[in-house]
Amino acid sequence: MWVVPTIPPALYLMLSGVLFTIGVIGALTRRNAIVVFMCIELMLNAVNLTFVTLSHFLQSLDGVIFAFFVMAVAAAEAAVGLAIFVMIYRSRETINVDDINILKW
Amino acid sequence: MKIPEIDLYLIAPEIILAAFGFLVLLLDVFLPNKGRKSYLGMVTLIGIVLAFLYTLPQIGLVKSGFAGMYISDGFALFFKITFLIIAFLTVLISMGYTQREGIAFGEYYALILFATLGMMLMASGSHLITIFLGLETMSISIYVLVGLMREDKRSVEAALKYFLLGAFATGFLLYGIALIYGATGSLYLKDIATYIASKSLLRNPMLLMSLVFLTIGFGFKIASVPFHMWTPDVYEGAPTSITAFMATGVKAAGFSALIRVFFSALPAFRPDWTSIMWVICVATMTLGNIAAISQTNIKRMLAYSSIAHAGYILVAFVAGNDLGTSGILFYLMAYAFMNLGAFTCVILLGKKGEENTLITDYAGIGFKYPLLAVSMTIFLLSMAGIPPLSGFMAKFYVFSAAVKEKFYWLAILGVLNSAVSVYYYLRVTVLMYFRESEREITGLQFSPASVIALILAVIGTLYMGIFPANVLSFAQRSIAGLM
Repeated sequence: MWVVPTIPPALYLMLSGVLFTIGVIGALTRRNAIVVFMCIELMLNAVNLTFVTLSHFLQSLDGVIFAFFVMAVAAAEAAVGLAIFVMIYRSRETINVDDINILKW
Repeated sequence: MKIPEIDLYLIAPEIILAAFGFLVLLLDVFLPNKGRKSYLGMVTLIGIVLAFLYTLPQIGLVKSGFAGMYISDGFALFFKITFLIIAFLTVLISMGYTQREGIAFGEYYALILFATLGMMLMASGSHLITIFLGLETMSISIYVLVGLMREDKRSVEAALKYFLLGAFATGFLLYGIALIYGATGSLYLKDIATYIASKSLLRNPMLLMSLVFLTIGFGFKIASVPFHMWTPDVYEGAPTSITAFMATGVKAAGFSALIRVFFSALPAFRPDWTSIMWVICVATMTLGNIAAISQTNIKRMLAYSSIAHAGYILVAFVAGNDLGTSGILFYLMAYAFMNLGAFTCVILLGKKGEENTLITDYAGIGFKYPLLAVSMTIFLLSMAGIPPLSGFMAKFYVFSAAVKEKFYWLAILGVLNSAVSVYYYLRVTVLMYFRESEREITGLQFSPASVIALILAVIGTLYMGIFPANVLSFAQRSIAGLM
C-alpha cells in the first residue's frame, strides 16, 4: 500500500512564505489593477496556509477559524474591489494603474 | 463543553449602530423619494446619540465578554466616545454636503454607521480576530465611501488607490498576526503577553518579523511615513465629508488598535519597537510638515498636516508612559474637533460644481464671511499649536511625555516641526484677512446642520484648550489597567 509521506510543517511555512513574497512582488510590479488585486489575494491565501499549518502543528483550532474569517473578509473585499475596478474602467477606459494619475502633486 | 456567557448589554452600542445601519438602508428603499434624504440623516443622528447613551453608563466598569474576545474597559470607552463624536459631527456636515453633491444615498449614512461600528470593535478587541474584523469592517466601508462620487474621476481614482493599498496593508497585518500565533500559540492579547514573558522569547525571529509586519499594517492605517503615500491622493479625491471622517476617525481607530496590540500583547518588545517607532515618528513629522508647505490645494495641505499630526502622536507612543498614553487619547479627541471643523469650513466655502479648494480661493474671505473665517482661523491656529486652543494642550502633553522619558531629541524635533507647521497654517489665515480676493465667491449656501457642526467644533476646540483638565483626567482614568 502506498503510504503518504509526512511533510514537515516547516516546509508548509516556507511555501507560504514564498507565496506571500510572490504576492508582494507581484503587487508591487504588475500594472494591471486586477492582476495587482490577484497578487494581494495570493498574499491573503499564503496567510491562510500559514494559519492552517500552525493550527495543525499547535493542535489548536484558532488558526483554522481565523482562516475562515480571512476568507470571508477577502470575499467582501473582492466584491468592493471589483466594483471599484468597473467604475474606473467606465470613467477612464483603462485599469492600468500607471494611467490612473490625476491625483498627484 | 461550556458555552461562553453572552452579555449583549456589553455590546449594546455596537448593536444599536448596526441596527440603525440596516434601518437606514431599509428606509432608503421604502420611504417615498421626496424629502427622504434629510430623514435619513436624522435617523442616523438618532442612532449615534442612542449608542452614545448606551456607552456612557459603562464608564468606570471593566468587563470582558464573549469568551474574552471583547473587552469594555476605560481605554475602549474613551475611544468609543471619540468615534461617536466624530460620526455625529460627520453626519451633521454631510447632510448639506451630500445633497449639494448629489450623493445623498441611504448607503452613505449606513456605511458611516458600519465604519463607526468597525472602529468601536477595534478599540474593544482583546483578541486578534476581533481587532482584525473591526479593522476590515471599517476599511471596506471606507473604500466604498471614498468612491461614492461616481461621476467624479478623482473620487474614483482615490477609491482605487485606497483600496489597493489598504488591501495590501491588510495582507501584511494578517501575516504579522499569523506569525504571532505561530510563536505563542494564542490570539488573546493577554495570553500572548504572558507566554512571551514566561518563555523569554525576546530574540525569537518569528516574533521580531511579526513586529515589523504589524508596524507596516497599522502604519498604513494611521498614515505614518513611509506608508503614507496614499494619504494626500485619497484625502484630496474623496468627498470632503469623508476626508474629514478618515482623517479623524480612521486615524484614531488605527491608533487604538496599535496601542492595544503593542502595549497589551507585546510589552516585552518595547526596546525593539521604540527604536523603530522613533525613526518612523521623526520621518512622519518632518515629511508631513515639509510637504504641506508647498501645497496649493487645501485638502491636500490638510492631508499632509494630518500625516504630521500622526507623527506628533507617535512621539507619545514612543515615550510609552502613562502621561504619553493619556496624551494620545487627549490628542485624538482634540484633533477630531479641530480637523472636522477645518474640513467643515472647506465644505462651506464650496458650492455645486465649484469646490473652491485652492488655497488662493481663501483670499479675502475674512471680510465677506467673517464668522466662517474666524472659525477657520481658530481651527488652523489650534492645529499649529497656539495657546489657548486645544491643539496646544495636546502637543504640550505629548511632548512633555517624551521629555519625562528622556527622549529629549524627539521632543526638540517635535517642537521644531511644530514651528515649521505654523508657516503653512498662518499662510491661509493671512490670505483670508490681508489679501483682496481675485475672484468673487458668491452664492454660498450654509446648510443649518453644517453650521451647528461648526459651532460644536469651535466649542470643543476652545473648551479642550481652556479647560483641558476635565478631559485629561478622564483620559488618565481611562488608561488605568491597560498596561
